Amino acid sequence: MRIEYFQLIDRITDLNFNDLTIRAEANVPATSTIFEGHFPGRPLMPGVLLIETMAQASGWLLIARNRFAKMPFLATVKEAKLRTFVTPGQALIVSAKIMHEGSGFALTEAKIETNGKTVCDADITFRLVDFPQGEFVANMREVAKRIALPMEVAPHG
Amino acid sequence: MSSTFETVANIIAETCDIPRDTIKPESHAIDDLGIDSLDFLDIAFAIDKAFGIKLPLEQWTQEVNDGKASTEQYFVLQNLCARIDDLVAAKGK
Repeated sequence: MRIEYFQLIDRITDLNFNDLTIRAEANVPATSTIFEGHFPGRPLMPGVLLIETMAQASGWLLIARNRFAKMPFLATVKEAKLRTFVTPGQALIVSAKIMHEGSGFALTEAKIETNGKTVCDADITFRLVDFPQGEFVANMREVAKRIALPMEVAPHG
Repeated sequence: MSSTFETVANIIAETCDIPRDTIKPESHAIDDLGIDSLDFLDIAFAIDKAFGIKLPLEQWTQEVNDGKASTEQYFVLQNLCARIDDLVAAKGK
């Protein structure tokens, strides 16, 4: 994770356009100023960052699905369950599945696991808007390359 | 249309916590019922699922923004239901 930059996905390990699923690695850093405040003596990954991690995995799935034509923006988080504590240095596996593709919006189900145990899960809705051009899309393509988002697979639709 | 309206009205009542008896065919989803765009995403999802269609919200929004259509054409419920019926009929062809 580049946690200070809010870039929480490290590497996409699987992208399946038939099942509309994604799987990614997200490694919680061993140290961060975030853990100094949250909490002193008992460092914990903030729950909102776990939710953001699930949203980012879902977002990359949607970006790959529409090949950078539409940018997903987080709109709604439902049924978010933070099931266990996550601490510095833990290796997380994030997965998401597209449940519905509407006109200008999409819904995913996402979860995070560590050592085969579900850490958290949520149903997430995104607004899809025309991809902002210029610096925005250039930076997103750079991040996509860094996290190994497979772009050679032609998505349906 | 009547059964379409019943389904849509029930979806709106449940999704937005609006009393069912205040939802009429002539109600404007935005102006009368106060449904915002975020809540409308939930409604659109439920309508898509219930009728097996994809409401063309992006196209409708574009038409309204371009002045080619009024919000009444799409967001007064009896008109919305007529659009849904058209989409369902088109799907069966």
